[in-house]
Amino acid sequence: MAFLVSHPDEVKIVSQRFGLGAISIDRYLELNGYKAIQKTLAMEPDTIINEIKNSGLRGRGGAGFNTGLKWSFVPKQAPKPKYVLCNGDESEPGTCKDRLIFEHDPHAVIEGAMIAAFAVGAHTAYIYIRGEYRYLSLIMQKALADAYARGFLGKNIFGSGYDLDIYWHGGAGAYEVGEESALMESLEGKRGIPRIRPPFPAVVGLWGGPTVINNAETLASIPHIILGGADWYASLGPPKNGGTRLFCLSGHLERPGVYELPMGYNLKKMIFEVGGGIPGSRKLKAVVPGGSSTPCLTADEIDVPMDFDSLMKRGSMLGSGGVIALDESTCIVQFALRTMKFYQHESCGWCIPCREGTDWLKKTLARFHAGGGIRKDIDNMLYLSENMLGRTFCPLGDAAAMPTIAFVKKFRSEFEAHLEARGCPFEKAGVVEQLPVLA
Amino acid sequence: MADVNITIDSKPVRAPGGTLLIEACKKAGIEVPSFCYYPNLSLQGACRMCLVKIEKMPKLQTACTTMITEGMTVTTDSPEIHQARKGMVELLLGNHPLDCPVCDAGGECELQDMTFSYGAAESKFIDIKNHRDEQQWSPVVYFDRPRCILCYRCVRICGEGMDVWALGVENRGVNSIIAPNRQDHLECEECGMCIDICPVGALTSGAYRYKTRPWEMKHVDTTCTHCADGCKTTLGVRRAPAGMEIVRGDNRDKSGINGDFLCIKGRYAFDFAHHQQRIKQPLIRKNARLTPASWEEALDLVGKRFAQVRDQEGGTRIGVIGSNRTTNEENYLLQKFARLVLKTNNVDHHRTADFPAFAAALAGRGDRTATMREVYHASAILLIGNDPTNRHPLLAWQIRNNVRLHRSRLYVINSEPIKLRRQASFFAQPPAGSEARAVEFLAGEEGAADALATSSTPAQRWRDLREKLRSEQNLIIIFGSEIRGRDLEKLVKFGSTLAQAKFVCLSDYANSRGAADMGLYPDLLPGYLPLNQGTKFRDDWGELPAATGLDLGEMIGIANEGGLRALYVVGSNPLGRLPIDPFLLSKTFIVVQDMFPTETAAIADVVLPAANAYEKSGTFTNTCGDLQLVRKAGEITGTKPDFEIIVRLASAAGFDIRKLVPFGKRGTHADMGQSRGAQAGEADRHAVWLEAHGLEPKLSPFDPMAILDEIERLVPGYEVSRSNLLAGNDQHTTVEGPGMWHDPALIIPARDDLFTSGTLGRYSRLLNSVIEHRQGVPAGEVVAG
Repeated sequence: MAFLVSHPDEVKIVSQRFGLGAISIDRYLELNGYKAIQKTLAMEPDTIINEIKNSGLRGRGGAGFNTGLKWSFVPKQAPKPKYVLCNGDESEPGTCKDRLIFEHDPHAVIEGAMIAAFAVGAHTAYIYIRGEYRYLSLIMQKALADAYARGFLGKNIFGSGYDLDIYWHGGAGAYEVGEESALMESLEGKRGIPRIRPPFPAVVGLWGGPTVINNAETLASIPHIILGGADWYASLGPPKNGGTRLFCLSGHLERPGVYELPMGYNLKKMIFEVGGGIPGSRKLKAVVPGGSSTPCLTADEIDVPMDFDSLMKRGSMLGSGGVIALDESTCIVQFALRTMKFYQHESCGWCIPCREGTDWLKKTLARFHAGGGIRKDIDNMLYLSENMLGRTFCPLGDAAAMPTIAFVKKFRSEFEAHLEARGCPFEKAGVVEQLPVLA
Repeated sequence: MADVNITIDSKPVRAPGGTLLIEACKKAGIEVPSFCYYPNLSLQGACRMCLVKIEKMPKLQTACTTMITEGMTVTTDSPEIHQARKGMVELLLGNHPLDCPVCDAGGECELQDMTFSYGAAESKFIDIKNHRDEQQWSPVVYFDRPRCILCYRCVRICGEGMDVWALGVENRGVNSIIAPNRQDHLECEECGMCIDICPVGALTSGAYRYKTRPWEMKHVDTTCTHCADGCKTTLGVRRAPAGMEIVRGDNRDKSGINGDFLCIKGRYAFDFAHHQQRIKQPLIRKNARLTPASWEEALDLVGKRFAQVRDQEGGTRIGVIGSNRTTNEENYLLQKFARLVLKTNNVDHHRTADFPAFAAALAGRGDRTATMREVYHASAILLIGNDPTNRHPLLAWQIRNNVRLHRSRLYVINSEPIKLRRQASFFAQPPAGSEARAVEFLAGEEGAADALATSSTPAQRWRDLREKLRSEQNLIIIFGSEIRGRDLEKLVKFGSTLAQAKFVCLSDYANSRGAADMGLYPDLLPGYLPLNQGTKFRDDWGELPAATGLDLGEMIGIANEGGLRALYVVGSNPLGRLPIDPFLLSKTFIVVQDMFPTETAAIADVVLPAANAYEKSGTFTNTCGDLQLVRKAGEITGTKPDFEIIVRLASAAGFDIRKLVPFGKRGTHADMGQSRGAQAGEADRHAVWLEAHGLEPKLSPFDPMAILDEIERLVPGYEVSRSNLLAGNDQHTTVEGPGMWHDPALIIPARDDLFTSGTLGRYSRLLNSVIEHRQGVPAGEVVAG
């Protein structure tokens, strides 16, 4: 069980039951559990969707699309069954929030999925859990079994006449499957490769039926919005960025961990106050603000509110909320290499730019870091990344290209230092420290 | 969908809404490059070469996955797009081995073309390329991983097109690799479609590998000589010591009835021409041994002997057995030779389908025959008997892809669980051998339903089937040789009650239909005209023998009693194919005209070495009645086309060959010994030119085009457009004549499948190597994935 942290600035909504034993259905019920769904069942589906829309809740998986809007795209009448999917394939390096939700509050995800299913008129939902989270699948299985045993799932839920079945499904260890259409392929038993869009999942999704797919944190927020109201939730964050968010602080910090903070919380404050600053007397070098696929910010750029729009303006992204702090002992080339190794390993191989691009970037970075770099490599890496950017089949290619571009552009001098030193100057000076999270 | 207006590169284009942008561009004459996009296969969006700029979209979009909508404004080339495509080519070339100088695809490689177009000539990469060793997946399929660009065309053509699903993708990312279905080798139909469709040299053919370069071959458009479907094929021909060597067969230009489809036999089994057992000079039996002789000696001997028997004992003492594999012109000439020169109606061939009964049942409604192209477009198909996957691969391809792409309904009646049942919307399985009973039931015999009932298809299901069929418009009824004689009449009767139903009668060899159409029957003239209705032919040819001749079985039956003094067997092997005791023919003078020392040739008195269909010109008629051109690819020294041999025999028998072949309007010898050129159709082109200039056409007596004129003129159903035919198109011929009801026992199906060594296949080294490779694979549904 993960070590829980807390900070006075936290606004505990999704995380309010963390550490309180809500794994047990009885405890969950004591903590206002399954009240939201009962309230929902008495509401009109359109009212629910509007409520979520108005709350300003945006997808917590990384793309930040308005959740209520997403639900509203599902056609009312469809010849095929509709589905709700919970994306629990949390694999973005630096992100570890869904894991805590599954570990401490699995019923919140179930309840959120129930509300979503009722709102769009689906009678089947799937909770897809990352393959490596095998032990969390066990928790989820028990939670589902408990919910069925109480009659919360199955036929005629809470006497409303509404039927819903929820199943869990385990991944097989692919980052790519975190992409919604690849997840559906995986769920259908195929290779985890994204689908051509349009048609979007809301129209043609799982097994050809209209499908809503939401991140686990998104779904876990739903019951709280239903109980607390859209206005209350929206007021927690800046305009169009409703509510709170689980930020996963990692890297060179005194107090790394998962903190629930309002949207728009200042990043600098997050690093130095919530996260306790950098250990020792070392200086901050850069921050990766939203998981490994988001372009890094230099130490000078971090005075920024952490919401989708503000970070977009800074040329980065809020992503999945994985904040990685890098101090001055970090070799950026090595960090870029480590990042690229991940994307090269996780690229599904479907399209040319991502499959070949990640591999060549990895090869180049590895050689470059080891001291075999030549001057044109630096521009070649930029050229390669820019050729990938926006041209791949799915966002994984962008996820690999964007951070690389930022590393090269913002820390060009470090790359040049590698050329001059014919190797890694940090290693030669003996100052490089293994990163606690990514190593 | 309704048409929409879009703008491509400032050009207004109108196309149905929902058309793929890449196709709309093609329509506008703008080529958008792509590797993974292939018409009629599922969309991939994987190669990212077709990126275009669509107004109001921030990113470049793939033209292969975008459907056009009203008002769309598209730019297909700009510096940004050019750079994107160049970037893709650079990435592809990164791990590509660049072994173009030795690669089979060099010169016809799409990656080469793209490199030329986008100029990614200089590599930005200095790291080591990823490499994997090449693999041999079957005797005919090789895989070179480093050359593969992962366009997934092979995976899709194998699965979606062929319904075999033998190829897939293994691993992920840069380690992704195309993999065969049995670990290190393939177990499939060996159609080679994957090789054909590969844009680079990753999949290569065992027949062609490292043998030549594309520009060093002569490319000859012709028709495949194996089954009765008549696929158009382009042969790659090279010079060789024996005269010529065919090294490749494909149909990359997608012309003809088959598009790019070819099966294992069409793609690899052309090497029988070079088999070491090929007879290359005439053989005459001297002192009980077949001894090499000159053409002059052999032709003189046979011609004189035939004339002698005819004059002394009468033409009825001579028998002629024709071929299912010679051209229409040769078949026509052969029966004309028999009737005019030998004065006999004893003409027959190995019958594999009851075409005379088909003609009789249709009773002149020749428009009720479907073309091979129509099979691909029909809204519904009823297939009775036969197993097209094995015996009519093109027909199976047409049916399968019609169902897949046009959602046509397929009804299958077959006592065996044939593979096409997987595409069937209704599969009815009668007890073994009772397909004909099913036809009786369809035609209205209620009592048959109980006899047809099986555990999988109870009586009620048969009634349901009939109800469904009755509601079909534009049904194409395809039937195998299970349906013959009067059963065929019942089937046609049933079909006639449906609106616009059409028929396809399935036969087994490349020109079985042509042999039947051209009158290789003892009681029928060309076009299924009974002997007493042959006024047309009598007017043209003069007097013909009036009495009905003997069929194949009867000829053999009287041979031993001295009733048959001479037997002329052309391109046929009755002793090998039919249950005949060779002893029965020991008193008969036998002339065999064939490529190989067959069982029949072994007992012959004279063997004349014939050219095969790749070595001569003429026309073939496929099982649907589609007439197509056969073009000479080259020749093997020592052999002669059957056409020329027959004419020379007539000459040797003292017959005026001008009465046999209408060459030159006044019978002028215009050829000057240029028969080789004439064989390739050059004389005909010459004739077209002459006619255009008001001059008199002069043809060679050995040019089959001379007889094609006569066929078009005299044979009902063969009035086709000559210019269209010569341009390489298929022309549908119909079954018009009154036909005849024959004894159904005369039909003996060949039952060859994709892998059995048939008449030609047993001399194909490549086909046999595949068969050996497959030994140990359990029989049954090996073709399924």
